[in-house]
Amino acid sequence: MSPTQLEMRSGESADLILRGATVLDPVAGIDGEHDVVIRDGKIAELATPGAAPDDGLETIDASGLHAFPAFFDPHVHLRTPGQEHKEDIATGSRSAAAGGYCGVLAMANTEPPVSTPADVEALCADARNAASVRVGFLATVTRGMAGEELTEMASLRDAGAAGFSDDGLPIRSARMLRRALQYQRLCGGTIALHEEDPELSGAGVMHEGPVSALLGLEGIPSISESTMIARDAALAGYEGGRIHVQHLSAAESVEAVRAAKAAGVQISCEASPHHLCLTDEEVRSLDPRRFKMNPPLRTEADRQALIEGLRDGTIDCVATDHAPHAAEEKEVPFEQAAMGVTGLETAFASLYTELVVPGALDLSLLIERMAGGAEPFEIERSSLAPGSEANIALCDLSVEWTVGEDGYESRSLNSWCAGQKLTGRVQMTLAAGQIAYRLRSFSIGVAA
Amino acid sequence: MKHLLSIEQLSKAEIEAILDRAESFAEVGRRDIKKVPTLRGRTVVTLFYESSTRTSSSFELAAKRLSADLVSVKAAGSSVDKGESLKDTVATLSAYEPAAIVLRHPHAGAAQLVAEWADAAVINAGDGKHEHPSQALLDVYTLRRRFGSLEGKRIWIVGDVLHSRVARSNLIAFKAMGAELTVCGPPALIPRGLEQLGCEVTHSLDRVGEADVVYALRLQRERMQESFVPSIREYAAHFQIDSRRLGARQLLMHPGPVNRGIELSGEVIDSPQSLIAEQVASGLVVRMAILYELLAAGETEPAPAAGNGATHATPIGQPA
Repeated sequence: MSPTQLEMRSGESADLILRGATVLDPVAGIDGEHDVVIRDGKIAELATPGAAPDDGLETIDASGLHAFPAFFDPHVHLRTPGQEHKEDIATGSRSAAAGGYCGVLAMANTEPPVSTPADVEALCADARNAASVRVGFLATVTRGMAGEELTEMASLRDAGAAGFSDDGLPIRSARMLRRALQYQRLCGGTIALHEEDPELSGAGVMHEGPVSALLGLEGIPSISESTMIARDAALAGYEGGRIHVQHLSAAESVEAVRAAKAAGVQISCEASPHHLCLTDEEVRSLDPRRFKMNPPLRTEADRQALIEGLRDGTIDCVATDHAPHAAEEKEVPFEQAAMGVTGLETAFASLYTELVVPGALDLSLLIERMAGGAEPFEIERSSLAPGSEANIALCDLSVEWTVGEDGYESRSLNSWCAGQKLTGRVQMTLAAGQIAYRLRSFSIGVAA
Repeated sequence: MKHLLSIEQLSKAEIEAILDRAESFAEVGRRDIKKVPTLRGRTVVTLFYESSTRTSSSFELAAKRLSADLVSVKAAGSSVDKGESLKDTVATLSAYEPAAIVLRHPHAGAAQLVAEWADAAVINAGDGKHEHPSQALLDVYTLRRRFGSLEGKRIWIVGDVLHSRVARSNLIAFKAMGAELTVCGPPALIPRGLEQLGCEVTHSLDRVGEADVVYALRLQRERMQESFVPSIREYAAHFQIDSRRLGARQLLMHPGPVNRGIELSGEVIDSPQSLIAEQVASGLVVRMAILYELLAAGETEPAPAAGNGATHATPIGQPA
């Protein structure tokens, strides 16, 4: 079986010193102030603050800043091919770099969907030209996401598919998912699942509950998600397959994953910043640009269950489901608007502001989960241990900023926290040993 | 008040101000010349993306009685058919510098969006299954004329609440005016969580005798195909308001159009307890009052005192 393939633009390996940074890597057991010495794209040394000699390296005054292992997002939409008016590999990966990410996995629900080895090869070649951070491309489980025939999963894997997903749509047929799980034994590749029973979701556009009752909008019940998770966990358990559940939104879903994990199923899952920060109360504004997505924003009890799942490890990682849309696709009444919000540039800051600052989540746990999206896809997690490739998110936790005031790296404007004041911002990102991003206002000045 | 987008946004005092204004327009309707010059030289656009008889005709007549210039646009046969977006249509119509845009649209929140885009006052004449505020105002007006006050009155809303913007707006409006609300219908047609809006939910008409007012909703025949109810016959057996269920002292309302023999039996529609025709008449004066409140109030004279239902004598202007 091939290892999971990620691609990015090759560039100059970084040589620099982050002087006096507060270095936090809970997985590697690092928590303290250090001079982070980066040579030839690798973390050469974590030196006592002020102790590392300049050696002609660029030196960045990182005192008061935090260095975290760069984040990994297993769920983004780069809209290539076919919807480049929303996003492409260059803008989407730049958006990721601006959010402190060193890698992302792009979903396959493009136009056309990524269903053939040639599609995957073309995307990998694009990423080698254009991507600021490592990008992996998932291929669809079923041809054209039609739910009727399996794709050539083994050939797709050989061509570089980082995994499989029909994201955007559930795999309606249990038989079809079963066949994919059987075939997975041959070719590997985690199957990522958008869990939703279309029969229960109907034409729903928001969470079903008192707010949808008030607004007269068709609801998507929580059980639409949790019943499918239970079904698919049972299938994965039966076939010994490996599944990853995307964008959990409901308390019942957290419970379903918890039960599956306890039963020994190879299952992992993710939650998005917007589901961790917002509830369906926001939909009262009827603003689809910020608050319409699938799965929908749910209740405060659901949000608390997601936070608890993140704490106890039921939820393995944060994933943004970064879903760019053109302005005209969102400047329509709520029911007609496209589903999805962008999130790469604000994921860390929003969760830091909404969960860490109020004390609902430890910073170290957030950092662990922000980088936790790699492992479910058999990708090595970023580390700040000496000897590791430099994948670093350098953040200022004291700065306040207003989302969107300087525009976005993404091509689209549908950020769920547009206009919000957030605390904490990524100043610089190193990805695969290269400098992937520098905040424009962040002084690159050489420390004295 | 710049726009009328929902009942939810209105206070009790604002509702009463509109109703008081409507009372004075009722007087205009009794004159030989039923027209006043209030909105002379100003333009009202009605933009209807759904078919409508009552709402569109009463808004149009209301605008004419106030001497406004009227432009009526129906989506069918307009550039909407050619794929023009709501935003672009509104931009086009805004070139006429209308004072008000009256919008009926099949989707929730459409009026709110138009209010963001246009300089005109926007009146929501029904947005999807969300709200229909002018209907709720005319219904409160109709009941207020009967009862003086809705305080403590028991109102039952019966039928397909799930698909009804009228039910939502009326529930909020009746509650704001102090009535006690019960909602009754088949379980699949009552939205989950509705009781949290402050009404009682029941699936049986057994206790409907308690009601002072029974407000029946339209049941569309398509609901049967979607299995919300197994059959129209079974729906009628359980939820039709007929002379057996409607007591002599109870009042009956319906927003129209009625499905005779489904949600209402023929004899109750034509009974003296039925306020259905009165609702339509109220629609005209209440819509005149809405246009007046949004476009003219505060310009020429102070709004009538809130809560002073019967005796104010605000001059409406001389016959045109």
